[in-house]
Amino acid sequence: MGDFFSNLSLGFGVALTLQNLGLAFLGCLVGTLIGVLPGVGPIATIAMLLPITFGLDPTGALIMLAGIYYGAQYGGSTTAILVNIPGEATSVVTALDGHQMARQGRAGVALGIAAIGSFFAGTVATLVIAALGAPLTKLALIFGPTEYFSLMVMGLVFAVVLARGSILKAIAMILVGVLLSTVGTDLETGEERMTFGLPFLADGIDFAVLAMGIFGIAEIMRNLDHTETRDVVRQAIGRLLPNRDDFKQSYKPVLRGTFIGAILGILPGNGAVLGPFASYTLEKKIAKDPRRFGRGAIEGVAGPESANNAGAQTSFIPLLTLGIPPNAVMALMVGAMTIHGIIPGPQVMTKNPTLFWGMIASMWVGNLMLLVINLPLVGMWVRLLKVPYRLLFPAILMFCCIGIYSINSLPTDVMFIAFFGLVGYMLIKFGFEPAPMLLGFVLGRLMEENLRRALIISRGSLETFIERPVSAGLLAVAAILLVIALLPSIRKGRDEVFTE
Amino acid sequence: MKKVVLALAAVAGLAATGAKAQGYPTRPITMIVPFAAGGPTDVVARIVTDNMSRTLGQQIVIENVAGAGGTTGITRAAQSQPDGYTIMMGHMGTHGAAPALYPNLKYDPTKDFAPIGLAAGTPIVIVAKKDFPANDLKGFLDYLSKNADKVNMAHAGVGSVSHSTGIFFNSVVKAKPTMVAYRGTGPALNDLMANTVDFMTDQIVNVAPQIQGGNIKAFAIATPERSPVLPNVPTTKEAGLQGYEVSAWNAVFAPKGTPADVVKKLSDALMKSLDDENTKKRLLELGGVIPSNAERTPEALQKLVESEVARWTPVLKAAGATAE
Repeated sequence: MGDFFSNLSLGFGVALTLQNLGLAFLGCLVGTLIGVLPGVGPIATIAMLLPITFGLDPTGALIMLAGIYYGAQYGGSTTAILVNIPGEATSVVTALDGHQMARQGRAGVALGIAAIGSFFAGTVATLVIAALGAPLTKLALIFGPTEYFSLMVMGLVFAVVLARGSILKAIAMILVGVLLSTVGTDLETGEERMTFGLPFLADGIDFAVLAMGIFGIAEIMRNLDHTETRDVVRQAIGRLLPNRDDFKQSYKPVLRGTFIGAILGILPGNGAVLGPFASYTLEKKIAKDPRRFGRGAIEGVAGPESANNAGAQTSFIPLLTLGIPPNAVMALMVGAMTIHGIIPGPQVMTKNPTLFWGMIASMWVGNLMLLVINLPLVGMWVRLLKVPYRLLFPAILMFCCIGIYSINSLPTDVMFIAFFGLVGYMLIKFGFEPAPMLLGFVLGRLMEENLRRALIISRGSLETFIERPVSAGLLAVAAILLVIALLPSIRKGRDEVFTE
Repeated sequence: MKKVVLALAAVAGLAATGAKAQGYPTRPITMIVPFAAGGPTDVVARIVTDNMSRTLGQQIVIENVAGAGGTTGITRAAQSQPDGYTIMMGHMGTHGAAPALYPNLKYDPTKDFAPIGLAAGTPIVIVAKKDFPANDLKGFLDYLSKNADKVNMAHAGVGSVSHSTGIFFNSVVKAKPTMVAYRGTGPALNDLMANTVDFMTDQIVNVAPQIQGGNIKAFAIATPERSPVLPNVPTTKEAGLQGYEVSAWNAVFAPKGTPADVVKKLSDALMKSLDDENTKKRLLELGGVIPSNAERTPEALQKLVESEVARWTPVLKAAGATAE
C-alpha cells in the first residue's frame, strides 16, 4: 500500500508540472474536438501530430497523445446525442437513447450525464490501473482463442437482446453483420472471399466506414426526407444539467458500466469496443420497464458512456505492463513510444517509472480536465441544435468524408460511406435496426478467427471449448441468457398470433 | 486539414514545376508508408526522414496507406508522378516476397522503381514460448523433428514478415509445424507469452522487449553478427543452422522515371541521415542494423531487390503461400 501511494505521488509529481499539465490540456482539447467531428478519429489525429511531438520529452508527448485518445471518447458522445451521428465508432450505442433524450429536450441532461459518468469511470479506471495493472495483465494472457470465441458467443447472445423490435429482424441483422465481416482476405489461407476481385475489398470492410455510413450518412438522409422532427429538437432545449432524479436513476448504471468496461478493456483484440454494447444490454435486461430503452432512457446513456471511458483507460494496461497493444490506437502509442526511444515492454514500469506513473496520473488529470472542458460546453453544444439543418448537414457530410479519407487515405472508403448510407437508409425505412448489425460485424470477425485458431491448436477437437474452465463458464452464461431472452418473446409471439 | 492543404499545394505545384528538377525540392515531399502508423516500418520511416527533411530543407510528410501486405500503398506510390515529390518506404515484403504472394501484383519490384537507398535492416529472431521444452536452437530443432505434429507456429497473417520468414525457416529446417494466423504481431505475441502457441520468427523490434523481460525465449538471431540489443542471443550460424540469414530490411524508393539528379539528392540526404548520431542511436535502440556505405547506394538497393525476389519466389511458391 505504501508503494501504491509513493508511486502515485511520483506520478502526480510528473503529471502536475506546468509543461505536462499544458500538454494534457492541449491533448484533451484536440481530442474533444476531433471526437465531436464525425469520422475524424484519434488514429488519424495521433498519426498526424506524431512528428510535432519529436521536440518534446517522451513523457510529455505520450501524455498529450493519450489525452487525444480519451478526449475523443468524450467528444464522440456529443455528436451522437445531438445529431444522432456517432462522432466515434464507440459511441454508436450512446446515440440510441442519447439522441432520443435530445429530441425530448433533454440534450443537456444527456450530455451532462455522459460527461459525469465518463469522469467517474475514468477515475475508477485510473485507480484500477495504478493498483491492479500488473496482476490484471494476467487476464489478457488467460484469454486465448478458445476463451475469446466463447466470449464472442456470449456477445452474440447479448446482441439479440439489444434489439428494440422484432427478435427475428434482430437476428437477421446480426447475421448480415457477421456476413459482412467475412468479406476480405481469409486470415489463415490468404484466399480472397466475397471481394468480387475488387482490390479495395481485399482487406475487408473498415468498421469506421460501416458505422459512419449506416449511422451517419443514413441519419442525414432520413432527416432530409422529413423536416418536422428536427424542429422538435430546436424548440425545446430544457435543463442543461442533470438533477437529483437523473443522478438517482444513473448512478447504478454508471457503476455497472464502469465495471464491465474496465474488464473488457483489458482483453486483447479490441475488447473495449464491446463495453458499451454489453453495458446497454445489461441495463435493458435488468430495467423494470425495458420498453423505455430506445425512447430516451437515461440509463442507456449513463451505462454505455461509463463503460466506454473505463475501457478506453484500461486498454492502456496491456500496453503499459506488457508492451502489447490491444487495439489500433494503442498500436500507434507503441509507435510513438519507440520513436521517442522507449521500447514498450514489460520493463517500462521499472526502467521508466516516471513515464509509467506519470502517464497513469495524467489520465486522471486529463479526465478532470475533460469534465471542466465539457460541462461548460454543454450549453454551447445544445445551442448548436438551433443551427438550421440545411446549414448543418453539409458541414457534417464534409467532415464525415474528410474523416473517413484520413483513416486509410483511400478514396474508395469515401464512396463506401455513401453506399452504406443508402443501405442504412433503406434499413431504417424497412424497420430494421442497424445497431445489432454493427455488433454482429464486430463480433463476427473475432468469432470466426478465434474459432478457427482454437480448432487448429486443438487439432479439430471441439471439446477444447468445454475443457477450459473460463470458456465453459462463458458458454454456460450465454446459454442461460439465450433462454431468458427467448422465452418471453416466444410467449409474446404466441399472444400476438392469438390477438390477430 | 493538413492533408487537404497539402493536396491543394500539390495540385498547384504540379502545374508550376513540370519535369525540370532544378531547385528541387521546392515543396513538401510525401513519403508513402504502406503500413499502419506505429508499426516497425512506419517508425523507421519517421526516424530516417526526420533528418532527411532538415537536409533537403523541405518537410517529408508521412502518409500511411495500409492494406494487402503493403502492396496497396506501394502500387499507389509506383503509379504516382515521378517528380520526386512522392517517394515510398518499401520493405522485404513489398519488394521481395510480394511477387510470389500476390500473383496479380500491379508492379514489378525489380523494374518499376528508382531505388534511393537502404534505410535499415531489422534482423529476424527465432523465439518460442517460455515453457518450451528446449533451451537452445539445437534442442529446438531436435524437438521439432520428433514432434512435428504437435508444434504450433504463430505468424501475423499471410503476407506479413513473420509469415514469409516463418515459411522460409520451415523450408530450411525441413519442418512442418501447424501454422496459426493472427491479425498482427501484437495478438500473436500475446498468445506466445500465454503459452498457447509454441514459436514464431519475427522482427527484433517486436520481440526484444519480451525476450529481455523473460516472457519468451530466443533461440537465435538470423544475422551474420549478434545484435547489441540482444547480446546473449547467438546467431543462427553460431547455433549451428546454415542458410537461415534473413532481415526485414526497409528501403526508400521513388517511382520509375524520377530524374537522376532528384534521385541523387534524395540518396545523399538518406546517407547523411544514416550518418547522423541521433538517427543512428534511435535505429540501434530498435535493434536495427545500419547499412554500410556500400549497401546504401541506389545500385546496391537494386541488386538487393533482385536477389530478394529471386530468393523468396521459389520458397513461397513451394510452400503454396499466396494471398489471392
